[in-house]
Amino acid sequence: MNYIKESLLQVFGSKPTRPHKDDQPEQLKAIYQSKKGMLSKADLEAARDEHEHKHTWLWRRWITLVLVNMLFVVSFTFDIQILEGSLTASRFVGFHMADLNSALQVMLAYKHIVLNLVIGTVTVFLIWLLLGGRTFCSWVCPYHLLAEWAEYLHLWLVKKKIIRNHTFHRKTRSVFYVIFALLALISGYTVFESISPTGILSRALIYGPGVALIWVGILLLFEVFVSRRAWCRYVCPIGVTYAVVGVASPVRVTYNAEACHHEGDCRKICEVPHVLDLTIRGAAHDINQDVSADCTRCGMCVDICPTSSLNFKVKGLDKFR
Amino acid sequence: MRDPDRKARKKPLVSRKKRENQRREFLRSSALAAGVVTVSLMGFFPVFQNASAKLRPPGALKNLLDEQEFYASCIKCGQCVQVCPVNAIKLADLDEGMGIGIPYIDAREQACDFSCDGLQCVLACPTGALTHDLDYPADTRMGYARLARPKACLAAQGLGFKGVARGPDFKGLLRYDDIDRWNPIAVADHAYDLELCDLCVRQCPIEIRIAQCAEKEKEMAAAPSPLARVAEQHGNECPPRHAIELRAIESDDGVRRMQPVLMEGCVGCGVCEMICPVESAAIVVDFDKDTDSVNG
Repeated sequence: MNYIKESLLQVFGSKPTRPHKDDQPEQLKAIYQSKKGMLSKADLEAARDEHEHKHTWLWRRWITLVLVNMLFVVSFTFDIQILEGSLTASRFVGFHMADLNSALQVMLAYKHIVLNLVIGTVTVFLIWLLLGGRTFCSWVCPYHLLAEWAEYLHLWLVKKKIIRNHTFHRKTRSVFYVIFALLALISGYTVFESISPTGILSRALIYGPGVALIWVGILLLFEVFVSRRAWCRYVCPIGVTYAVVGVASPVRVTYNAEACHHEGDCRKICEVPHVLDLTIRGAAHDINQDVSADCTRCGMCVDICPTSSLNFKVKGLDKFR
Repeated sequence: MRDPDRKARKKPLVSRKKRENQRREFLRSSALAAGVVTVSLMGFFPVFQNASAKLRPPGALKNLLDEQEFYASCIKCGQCVQVCPVNAIKLADLDEGMGIGIPYIDAREQACDFSCDGLQCVLACPTGALTHDLDYPADTRMGYARLARPKACLAAQGLGFKGVARGPDFKGLLRYDDIDRWNPIAVADHAYDLELCDLCVRQCPIEIRIAQCAEKEKEMAAAPSPLARVAEQHGNECPPRHAIELRAIESDDGVRRMQPVLMEGCVGCGVCEMICPVESAAIVVDFDKDTDSVNG
């Protein structure tokens, strides 16, 4: 119950709740206490050396993302009819699939319930319920991949002190969510779809590039020079929709406080670092705590964590990997 | 357990610098929201100017120039594009504003010739933006053809036509039943030799279907076969009304000349516009009209 509440608060832009010392279990307090003076820089370096930063999940994810998008492209180009359509709506070997946010926009604007759309929406809802909600963002969305590459450039420029990162308030994304829902409802046009880089890129890959890619380019330039991962962090309603689905998903990243150095390597690489605030010393609610549903399950923190304190888990199953 | 003074103690002393940063972040966030929403609203310009209206695929949920329902219901996935055997359907780009990703047909480049028989785009549409209310090509209301430049029309000049209709480089496809019933071929691969140009009538899918039906009826009358009836029932009902014919019309100089005349059965598929050999086409499709609006 707490997980759901905490997740929803974070998804809609609230700061993660910090537990009061009195509310933390004694064992957790003992763990924090025992680390006093024990987390030297040398220890951390040793842990990092021992861990060896692999990119296991990064590669799994990039390969999956490319394969899914290429399956769309190949299905059309070679007319093999496995995955027809684009990311907004498609048919996988004949079964209807509809992107949850696109379907929502259409239903708000059109104000009719279309059976095929309902079938497609329910199918996709169940898929992401099983796989983790915002898993869509980091494992499927083509804009995410481009934004990741833009992010490397952004971080390099920041490191060289050529530019400075500008943050926005995370509640802006909730404001956008409401605005775009209302715009669709009131105007009768799917306003968000006209600027969604996910839809634009997916169609460009499948049906060929168009002028609309300029808009995607502008967004990427904004992310490189002005604000790190701005679209995904502060704007995209697709992420909100899938995050809400992810609240009830068993696939999560889970944190164990025992060996954690609290050095923050994970927060530095995370697309949505607020979800990892629980790794700050003294910030966890329990020894084992699941990362909130705003997490995109990209696995970068799992890859980088020098003490293996962050891992994937499927609730109800044993930890895997 | 809990410290009664907790709330009072926890109340953070916000430094002036932090407050200033928060203020700036709020302003930045407001600017971001205003900026992105403004960009998204710019998509309304081409729509309200009707600059984005186009010939739409069969069954599009629209009422002449009022395309709002079509825009609303289309999920911009392009499944209609994928099933079209002649690749007539394209997706609109950024310049169409709100219409980005919405299917349209450029009839002069590639018209819908109904060579799929069963209205595949309608069947593929997941949202009913191409409404499933229609079953046959003759039920569609895409637009209505019009002889826009009668003086340029070869038939009206009493001229014939010899060669390939749109030149050797034209990429458009068309189904020629007598050559290949199932696969459309390039218009550039099919030469004509006509004493009087009647391409718009000759290639009209509605007229072709009517002729086939008449033929079949004759066959059936001669030797009723159950097989023919099965074929009849499969997806291609006979169009009830003619769409276009060449008619002798007296022009200003008192000479009677042949000229294509549109009739109630025209659905606006655009094949006449595509096949018309003169540049630019003498006959065009108006997508802001249909047979109901023209013929009442």
